[in-house]
Order: sequence, then C-alpha cells, then structure tokens
Amino acid sequence: MLNTIWPFFILISIFFSFISGNIESLNESIYSSTKSAIDVVITLIGSTALWSGLIKIVSNTRIITWITNIMNPIIDKLFPESKKNEKVRKLISMNIISNFLGIGNAATPIGLKAIDVLNKENKEKAHMSNSMMMLILINTASIQLIPTTIFAIRQSLGSNDPFRIILPVWGATIIAAYTGIVVLKNFFRKRP
Amino acid sequence: MNFFTELSNYIIPLIIGIIMIAGVRDKIKVFDIFIKGATEGIEIVIKLMPTLIGIFFSIGMLRSSGIFDIVTRIVKPILKIIKFPPEIIPLALIRPISGSGAIGVATDLMKQYGVDSYIGNVASVIMGATETTIYTIAVYTSGLKVKKSKELLIASLSADVVGMIAAVVFCRILS
Repeated sequence: MLNTIWPFFILISIFFSFISGNIESLNESIYSSTKSAIDVVITLIGSTALWSGLIKIVSNTRIITWITNIMNPIIDKLFPESKKNEKVRKLISMNIISNFLGIGNAATPIGLKAIDVLNKENKEKAHMSNSMMMLILINTASIQLIPTTIFAIRQSLGSNDPFRIILPVWGATIIAAYTGIVVLKNFFRKRP
Repeated sequence: MNFFTELSNYIIPLIIGIIMIAGVRDKIKVFDIFIKGATEGIEIVIKLMPTLIGIFFSIGMLRSSGIFDIVTRIVKPILKIIKFPPEIIPLALIRPISGSGAIGVATDLMKQYGVDSYIGNVASVIMGATETTIYTIAVYTSGLKVKKSKELLIASLSADVVGMIAAVVFCRILS
C-alpha cells in the first residue's frame, strides 16, 4: 500500500510547492527530515529496549497463568464454537495474552497457527467461520496493557509525563474492541 | 481531571513493581531475561529505522509544500461538526495501513505540536488504542483460500473509527 501512497505524497508535494512558491522550505525539509528521523531512532532505542525487557520478564512469570485464568470465560463467550477444542482454545488465549502484553512478534505466529486449526475445522472453505473472523478481529483490535512503543516515543521526545495517556488508551481500546465485536456478532454472524 | 493524571502516575511504577515481585518470587533469572527482551527491542527499532526515514521524508515534504493547509481548510467545516482535530487526519488515514508509517506520522505530529499538547496526546492515544487493521487482516488471511471478507473489514474498521473518536474525546477530558 505504501508503494502507491509514498510516491504520490512526494510527487504531489513537489508539484504543489512549485505552484505555491514554497520551494525553499521544501528543499530544507528534504535535508532536515533524515536528521530528525535518526534523532528519534536514537532516543527510541533506549526506552523500547527497557519495555521489551520488562515484558519479557512478565512472559516468564506466574502473571501469565493469572491472565490465562481471567481469559477463560471471555474466550467461551467469543468463541462458542470452539468450546470443546482444547488445542484451539489454548492457542487463542496465548495469542490474546501476547497481544495484551504487546509482544507482537510472539502473537502473530501463535495466531496464525490458531487460524490454521480453525480453518481445518471450517466446513465451508469459501467463507471464514465465525471463530476465524472473531480471532482476526481481536488481533486487529490490539488490546494492550502497556502501549510500549508509544511510551518510548513520548519519552524520547521529552514528555513531562509519558504515561499520562495510559487511561485514555485503555478506555479507547476497550471501546474500539467492543464496537468491533458487537458489529461482527450482531450484524454479520452466520447462523450456526 | 487531576485525579486521572495522578492515577496515571501510579500505574506504571505499580506495574513495574508487580513485574519485579513476580520475577523474584518465581525465581527466574530476572536480569538475564530482561537483557534478552531488551535486545529484541533494539532489533525492532533498528528494523524500523529505514521506514521512519522514508516517512519523515515524505511527510516533511508534504508539510513544507503547504498542501496540508489547503486540505485542512477544505475539510475543517466537516470535522468541526464532530469536533475531530484536522491535524490528526494524516495519522487516521495511515494507521490502518502501515504500522511503522503511522509511528512516523505520529512522532512527526508530536514533534510539531508538542508531545504534551492536545494533538500530541490524541496522536499517542490513537497509536496505543488501534492497530494496523488492514495489514493484520492481510497477514491472517494470507494462508487461506478466502482472501477477502467484507464483514470482517467493516467490523474491524468501525472499531478503528470508534477508537479514534474515543481517543479525541478522552484527550479532551484529560487536557
């Protein structure tokens, strides 16, 4: 997608700066943009490393078991078709927990495995089953306990209070995820 | 609203505290594991670097060309009705498509308007509360025979829209 948008942005900027006479500031931005990108990266490294390290500790402790226990009733509600399939349930809960903790590179391989198992169970190959759609929906909703990347960026830009946004983030994620689930369940769910 | 700011101050130290207690009680090699995770984190940022350069480059050109001002002036009356800050539009558009692209745009907004400004906060909350929806759907359906699902796309994009509006509303309460 960026392969189309990126050149379009650049071309339209050049074209527009010719008409509007902003050519000087355009030139300046070409040189300053790389510098500011590198500045951000340098400061980003520190805080991203810190949070990835802390999250890694979490994924090795009993906190994981607690979260799994909390998750069980939620999974029953969202994936009623998979109630009997222990293997899928475990994969789904691991996928959701990894998302929840913000370990995206752990979440995706587990989620793909879960989709694969669900797809094998799916009788109508031309359509996704309810469970498959729900799993992908949850992965697009990104319910995250600690939005580590955004914390890191805020820290790197010298925010007075990088964590100030955590409650709005939780609120907005939950509302967004809930909306997605309601829309999928009520408007599109196929009758079993 | 001071209460929420206060509460936010306690959440992070508390979470870090709980993580440490859990690690020590479970007798895992807390520091070694931390180092492992931190290394992965650094790799993520290094991989992000080329994209950030590309996005900063193109967004910087867009902004300096003056086209943002024109577009903003056109869409402002519409956005005013739903009280959505027009400065956020580029982020709202790129967020479902490209994760690293969105990081670039959000960082740019925070630098431009100030990280603790209203716009900076909205950009942060949108980044924290939504996902790269279209990309995620593409990854998950890549191994399937069914490539497209209208239902799924509508449901997850409506989640994004509601999440972004919620971000705007919550940030107004916050500031």
